[in-house]
Amino acid sequence: MIDLGPHAVFIVAAYLGVFVAIGVLIALIVLDRRRVEKRLARLEAQGVRRRSAAG
Amino acid sequence: MSFETAQKPSWFARLAHPGQFLAWTRPLLIPLALLSAGLFAAGMYLAMFASPEDYQMGDTVRIMYIHVPNAWLSQFVYALMAVSAIGSLVWRHPMADVSMKAAAPLGAVFTALALYTGALWGRPTWGTFWEWDGRMTSTLVLLLIYLGIIALWRAFEDPLRGGRVVAVFTLLGALNIPIIKFSVDWWNTLHQPASVFRPDGPRMPASILTPLLVMTLAFTVLFLTLHLASMRTEIRRRRAVSLERQRAAAQP
Repeated sequence: MIDLGPHAVFIVAAYLGVFVAIGVLIALIVLDRRRVEKRLARLEAQGVRRRSAAG
Repeated sequence: MSFETAQKPSWFARLAHPGQFLAWTRPLLIPLALLSAGLFAAGMYLAMFASPEDYQMGDTVRIMYIHVPNAWLSQFVYALMAVSAIGSLVWRHPMADVSMKAAAPLGAVFTALALYTGALWGRPTWGTFWEWDGRMTSTLVLLLIYLGIIALWRAFEDPLRGGRVVAVFTLLGALNIPIIKFSVDWWNTLHQPASVFRPDGPRMPASILTPLLVMTLAFTVLFLTLHLASMRTEIRRRRAVSLERQRAAAQP
């Protein structure tokens, strides 16, 4: 393990915080996409189509 | 002899059409995500193992490799939103609205991370997590503007009407960007002046500049990936809203 000196706790907390936040951000974006896909699939199953696609 | 009856849409108009946008961005997402992951791996190696400690700050200089990219993105994302706001107000382009809306939460996260990493860097180097100086306060104001924009988007049921209000608010908030940039020159601050983007070139050795540039590129490609992914979701959300309205209108 690399020796980060007397302020290692600040360095580790900074990197950990950034990568956890980015991980949560990516997870929220993926979950949002899944939620919207389900919403569209439900509408499609009910037979609702865009007017441009219906013709 | 034939006569053209309608002008063909330009390549840009076709690229920016929501349906076309979904088609041409789809094959980009995975390569961009892989590029970002590769850059992060290389950047982390350079930041942790292949760069020296600073002669004054010691190992805390390594916080710079995540602080500066987040600070850069906090302003870059806002500049992108301001350009999209002009696109929304002047051309009323729906993709400009989509770009603005998708970028706001990303900008808020990068700004919060710039403040967080700045505080953790400030404590061992300045002796304090926070100081109400020009750079830090204007960056906090930027975070509040991002949060205000996110709240505004949520306040409107109709995204088209909301888009115009948000665009005006976004352009007003853009006044804060030069304040952040020049705060270190205008006022006496604890924060150091610019050391990368300077007229006379970067003021740091290559051994520190290289990991910084690689990490900045990694974060920027990450932002582009997440922005494209969020824009694609937003287009689909608007499609769902439109279909739900269509269904409601068809019901007796």
